Amino acid sequence: MLRFILKRLLLMVPLVIGISLLSFCVMQLAPGDYLDQLRGDPQIRPETIERLSQQYGLDKPKATQYVLWLVNALQGNFGPSFTYKIGVFEVIMQRVYYTLLLAVCSLIFSWSIAIPMGIYIATHRNGLADRLMNFVAFAGISLPGFFVALLAMKLAQQTGWFPVGGASSPNYEQMSWLGKVRDTGWHLLLPVLVLGTRGVSGLMRQMRGNLLDVLSENFIMAARARGLAERGVVLKHATRNAINPLITIFGYELSGLLAGAALVEIVMSWPGLGRLLLESVTGRDLYVAMGAFVMGATLLIIGNLIADVLLAVTDPRIKFS
Amino acid sequence: MIQSAPFPSQTLLQVEELRTHFNTPRGVARAVDGVSFQIERGQTLAIVGESGCGKSMTALSLMGLVPEPAGYIENGRVLFDERDLLDLTWEQMRDIRGRDIAMIFQEPMTSLNPTFTIGTQLIEAIQIHGTANGEEARRRAEGMLAHVELQNPAQVMRQYPHELSGGMRQRVMIAIALANEPKLLIADEPTTALDVTVQAQILNLIRRLQRETGMSVLLITHDLGIVAEMADRVAVMYAGQIVETTSVRDLFHRPLHPYTQGLFASLPARARRGHDLATLEGVVPEAVAWPPACRFEPRCPFRWETCARVAPKFQPAEAPWPTRCHLYDPEIADRPMRGTPRSQQQVARDLETAAAAAHTTEVAS
Repeated sequence: MLRFILKRLLLMVPLVIGISLLSFCVMQLAPGDYLDQLRGDPQIRPETIERLSQQYGLDKPKATQYVLWLVNALQGNFGPSFTYKIGVFEVIMQRVYYTLLLAVCSLIFSWSIAIPMGIYIATHRNGLADRLMNFVAFAGISLPGFFVALLAMKLAQQTGWFPVGGASSPNYEQMSWLGKVRDTGWHLLLPVLVLGTRGVSGLMRQMRGNLLDVLSENFIMAARARGLAERGVVLKHATRNAINPLITIFGYELSGLLAGAALVEIVMSWPGLGRLLLESVTGRDLYVAMGAFVMGATLLIIGNLIADVLLAVTDPRIKFS
Repeated sequence: MIQSAPFPSQTLLQVEELRTHFNTPRGVARAVDGVSFQIERGQTLAIVGESGCGKSMTALSLMGLVPEPAGYIENGRVLFDERDLLDLTWEQMRDIRGRDIAMIFQEPMTSLNPTFTIGTQLIEAIQIHGTANGEEARRRAEGMLAHVELQNPAQVMRQYPHELSGGMRQRVMIAIALANEPKLLIADEPTTALDVTVQAQILNLIRRLQRETGMSVLLITHDLGIVAEMADRVAVMYAGQIVETTSVRDLFHRPLHPYTQGLFASLPARARRGHDLATLEGVVPEAVAWPPACRFEPRCPFRWETCARVAPKFQPAEAPWPTRCHLYDPEIADRPMRGTPRSQQQVARDLETAAAAAHTTEVAS
C-alpha cells in the first residue's frame, strides 16, 4: 500500500509541472502584465517600473520567465506576489487553510446528512419522505450555487443571525482560542450550509439508488434466509456494499466542491483559494495565479488518491497495483 | 385432494393449497396456484419443472420471503411441525429461518456478501439464533467448514468470497445453512451453476449431511438425473400447479402425465443414435395468462377439445397416484385412446397458430 501511495505521489510531479505550464500559458494569452496598470499611473516614474520589471523578471523572454519560475518553484520558492508584496507561498497557504476548512466541513455535513437520508428513503420507497426528498433533491441540484449563496446572504443581512460574509470578526485577534473557534464556526455555518446542501442532494439520490440495487442482490435474500433481522440486513450487509461506489464519487465530488467553493467564496467573501484565484487573474498577479492553479490541482489529485486508498480499504476485491 | 399421511407425526412439512400471487402491470400473476405436498422427516422431496413454473417461488413462500409488496400469499396452509407458518409474524418467522428451515440458493457466486470474510458471515449465521457466541461460535464455524469438506478451514475463515471457487462457495453456503442444524433444508437448484464434477461432490455432500443429521430436504431442480440420485419422492410442477406426484421409483418406471413423459423423452440418455433429441415444444405460458382449463393443453401431444374447456382433476380415478390429466379420468367421456399423440410437427404448428393468434389480439387491443 505504501508503495502504491509513493508511486502515485511521484506521478503527481510531472502532472503538476504540466499544469503550471498550462496556467502560465493561459495567463500569457491576455495581453500585457501587472506593470501595465502602474504604467498608466502618472504618479509612478518610468524608472520605478523599470526597476520592478527587472526585480520580478518580467523583462525577460516568456520562456525564460517560466523556466526561472519552475527552477525556483522546485526549490520551494514560488515567487513574489505583486499585489500583496509577500511570497506567493504564504499568500496561498493561508487561503488553502480556509478553503480546506470550508470544503472538509461541507463534506462532513453533506455525507452525514445524505447517507442516513439515502438509507431511510431507500427503505421507505415511495413513502412521503421519499417523495418530499425527491423534490428537495431536484431543487437542490437545479438551483445554481451562487443563487443559493445570494439567498443565504440576504437571509444573514435581514435577520442578523449570521455574519454577512467574511471568515472572522474584526476583533478576532483579541479573542481567546475558544472564542476564535466559536467565531470561525459562526462564520463557517452559512457557507457550509450553502455548499453542503448541494452535495446532499446528489449524494442522497446516489445512496438511495445504490442501496436499492444492492437490496435486490442474491446475498441480501440469502442473509434474510439466515434469519437476520431487517435492520442488520440493511445497515450491515447492504449499506457496506452501497457505500463503495460513493467513495469513487468522493474523488470527483472533491473537484466539484472546489469549483463550487470558489463561487460560494466569491459571493460570500470567504477568503479561500477560489477567490484568490479570481482576484489574481483579474489583477494579473502572475505568480499568485500560477500558484493557486497548481495548489488547486494538487488538492484535487490528493483527494482522488485518498478516494482510491479508501476504496481499496473498504472493498476487499480491489487490490493496489 | 390431500392424502392423509399414515403416520401424521412423521410428517415434517405439509403444504396445502398454497397460492402465491404477484401484482404486475399486466394483471395478477398466479405464480404458485394451489400447490399441495408433504415431506416426511429425513426424506427428500424433489420439485421438478421448467423455469417459470413457480418452483422457486414455492420455496420462498415457505420461507416467508416472497418479494413484497408486489408478491403476496393469497391463501393456503404451511404446516411445519404442526404449526402454520403463514400465521406467524415476521419476527416469529425470522426465528424459524436459518434455524428450523435453512435454504441454499442457485447462485453460489452471488449468495455471499462480497465485503465480509467467510468467517464473519458464518459466525453471524450462528450468532443470529443465539445457539453459540464468541469463541464457541468461531470454533463451531471452523468445525462447520471442516464438516463440508473444505481444506484448511482456518484459512477459509479469513478469506473473502471472491477468493473461493464456485464449488467452495456452495460448500460455504451449505455450512452456513446447516450451522444451526435445521430440520428442513431447501436447496433451490443447488448445483445448476456448477461444473459437472463439482455437482456430484456437492450432491454427495448434501446426502451425507442428511444421513448424519436426519434432516429433510426439499430439492428444487429441473434435472431428472439429480432427482433420481437424491430424492425419495418427486412432485412435477407446471405453470404454478403440481401435475404429478409420487415416489421417484414409480415416476421413473411409469410417468403418467404427458408433461412428465415429455420431460423424460427429452433426456439425452433416451435419445437414439442418429435421431434428433426429442424436445418439449414451446415454453411455459406466462403467469398472468395461464390457459383456462388444463395448463399444459397448448403444448400437450394428447390434447383434445375438452382439455381447453374442463380443468382436469388432481387425482382422477384411473391414476394410481395424483396426475392432473383427463387421460386417467373415466368421467371424461370423450377421452381418446391413449397412445395416439400428436406428432411433434403438429404440436409445433399448433403453437405457432396460437402465438400468431395471441399476437393479433395484442395488436388489436
